[in-house]
Amino acid sequence: MTYFLDLFMSGLTRGSIYALIALGYTMVYGIIALINFAHGEIYMIGAFTALLASMVLSAQGMSGWGLLLSVAVIAAIYAGMYGWTVERIAYRPLRGSSRLAPLISAIGMSFFLQNYVQLAQTSNFVLFPDLIPQMPFLKPIAGYLNRTQVIILLFTTLSMVALTLFIKFTKMGMAMRAVAQDMTMARLSGVNIDRVISSTFIIGSVLAALGGVLIGCSMRQIYFYMGFLAGMKAFTAAVLGGIGSIPGAVIGALILGFAESFAAGYISSSYRDVVAFIILIIILIFRPEGIMGQAQTQKV
Amino acid sequence: MSVIRQDVSLASIFWSELKSALLATLWMCLLAFPLMTLTINPTEKTFIFSLERMPYLAGGTFVLSILWRFFLKRRAFQGITKAVHQSGGLPEDLTKGPKPTWVTVVMGLRHKRLGFFLLLAFTIVLPFVSSPYTVNIMVTALIYVTLGLGLNVVVGVSGLLNLGYIAFYAIGAYTYALLNHYFGLSFWVCLPLGALTATLMGLLLGFPVIRLSGDYLAIVTLSFGEITRLVLNNLEVTRGPRGISYIKPASFFGIDLNAAPKEFLIKWLGVDPSMDINKIFTYFIILALVILTIVCVFRLENSRLGRAWLAMREDEIACQAMGINRTRAKLTAFALGSTWAGLAGVVFASHITFINPASFSFLGSILILSIVVLGGMGSIPGVILGAIVISALPEQLRFFSQYRMLLFGALMVLMMVFRPGGLIQSTRVVHIHKTKGNGQARLKALTGAPKPKTGGYS
Repeated sequence: MTYFLDLFMSGLTRGSIYALIALGYTMVYGIIALINFAHGEIYMIGAFTALLASMVLSAQGMSGWGLLLSVAVIAAIYAGMYGWTVERIAYRPLRGSSRLAPLISAIGMSFFLQNYVQLAQTSNFVLFPDLIPQMPFLKPIAGYLNRTQVIILLFTTLSMVALTLFIKFTKMGMAMRAVAQDMTMARLSGVNIDRVISSTFIIGSVLAALGGVLIGCSMRQIYFYMGFLAGMKAFTAAVLGGIGSIPGAVIGALILGFAESFAAGYISSSYRDVVAFIILIIILIFRPEGIMGQAQTQKV
Repeated sequence: MSVIRQDVSLASIFWSELKSALLATLWMCLLAFPLMTLTINPTEKTFIFSLERMPYLAGGTFVLSILWRFFLKRRAFQGITKAVHQSGGLPEDLTKGPKPTWVTVVMGLRHKRLGFFLLLAFTIVLPFVSSPYTVNIMVTALIYVTLGLGLNVVVGVSGLLNLGYIAFYAIGAYTYALLNHYFGLSFWVCLPLGALTATLMGLLLGFPVIRLSGDYLAIVTLSFGEITRLVLNNLEVTRGPRGISYIKPASFFGIDLNAAPKEFLIKWLGVDPSMDINKIFTYFIILALVILTIVCVFRLENSRLGRAWLAMREDEIACQAMGINRTRAKLTAFALGSTWAGLAGVVFASHITFINPASFSFLGSILILSIVVLGGMGSIPGVILGAIVISALPEQLRFFSQYRMLLFGALMVLMMVFRPGGLIQSTRVVHIHKTKGNGQARLKALTGAPKPKTGGYS
């Protein structure tokens, strides 16, 4: 039973991190129907920036909660900047072109960013510092939850609540929903499409960077290729939940996290990724609209 | 035409462009600041701060941003003139087909046949007069040509983005490697078997995914590629990551080419004595395969099936409405594309005699895709050029090799933005029936009104 609980908790935390990345995919897809392949790279850049920031800040004598929060903020800001730039360079000039073009451009961008980090930093695994402060009040539940998992769940829940509030109640959130529904109509009603798309990329990147910081804290090592697999998994999660739907992405990510965790625990850890990919293929074949998505009829 | 203003002076354009370029440079430096200046030493938990890379970055970004803005403006301007042209309705222009570019001029030379035979003669003579190193590179390049042409059928002609193409290559290579390792089957038996296995796998993947299109198809094929690699990595039969070594090269009627024939070649043709004659033989096998592929693809393109593929690429619903069996068209595209990957895989296994799953990563799929994209989707000479550029060039420029993946990524973005048709664009002449009466309206219907800018994703 404790083994089951262990797997359950690791699935939950894994799923939460996937959810953070999946939100970026699903938001971008909801608005411009593009699979942003470079999204996984943004997550990786977030993790690397966090590592560098933590090195510099801890050399300045920072520690504890202050360090964790400032590292997360710096990583989020940088990732947001990268997300914005990627959209400006690789996607905006392609608006209105064929469907294949932005996809190939996205793959190129992802490749570029990976190799940029590899050349600028290192191609080896890098040790990520333990940023999570000690939490003595966790003593009673120490057997079930460790402090990293608590932080991951806390960060994920908070950012999801914040995102939901943002989408529901702010003007930009309303504009995003409008653009997702009908871009032409939104433009005619005076919504600045370019700004909405840029903000979507920035928000998605910020969430991905948070995911990067958290995965660094939990795995304790990062490397330049980590974005590819995580991006694929997050995309799987987004599709599983119904791409374009925000609660769908979270549900899909949690399901995927549990599936992987239990597959690794009860079958074999070397087939964990295979399980994720097989789930993706099965979903796409039998229910391409996902769990929360609605089937769309094709108009001619 | 209102975009082109008369009253803007050159000087003001210059200053505003300079300002934007400087801003872009500043922004890029800011972006690259932590990753480019800080180098960490994780074991000792120290870091080194150095600004020495920044001036290069700044200079490079400045130049690139000026070029970027210039080409974007030019593209926009060309778009305007094109739209004006179309709305004016110039039927003569369209019946003539696309405007001649340097490529079409070269390709349309009168002595095309002569040029073709010269090229063939050159490729035949090449291995006898060059070093073993060059032959090795050429074999790799020709394998990539085959792969590029095969993927071109799927991506370029049929418009199905296949990101797991390397899996079929792996299947071909492993078919030969396993059959040779466990049963001692020869290359010539395995060549059709490898192609067959890859085709069957293509069909197997094709059946469930034919309902999908666009990006979903891309993702499923990508997953298929990754699953194949992971399975090869974990199975006992394939010996996991250790791979299979000592695969036999292709045999020439069982004759040891490195014995008597080698002496003959050295004596009479002046072949490099350090040359492995088996490599020359492999070179000719792959050359024959490339020629076969070119002939097949060329014939296919203008066949009923090829036209169905092109129609499917342009508009799936419309092509179904025209009575094309979409399922069959998609499946054949998938299966035929995989066949060539399988053939190339068998040759690859016999060429390098050692394979492991690491040779078939997602990177490989990207490389082949960039060959097709760079060369020009749907264009045969383009893909050949692309394959040679991408596989042979990095070998020649060693300095280039470190940055080659970075450049490929950038290249794919740039190609999509500025030249989505590739280096050698495939040209298809538009045939228009001349009718009396309402010709103008018919022409508009055929060429299509300029698309609205935002509706492209619908």
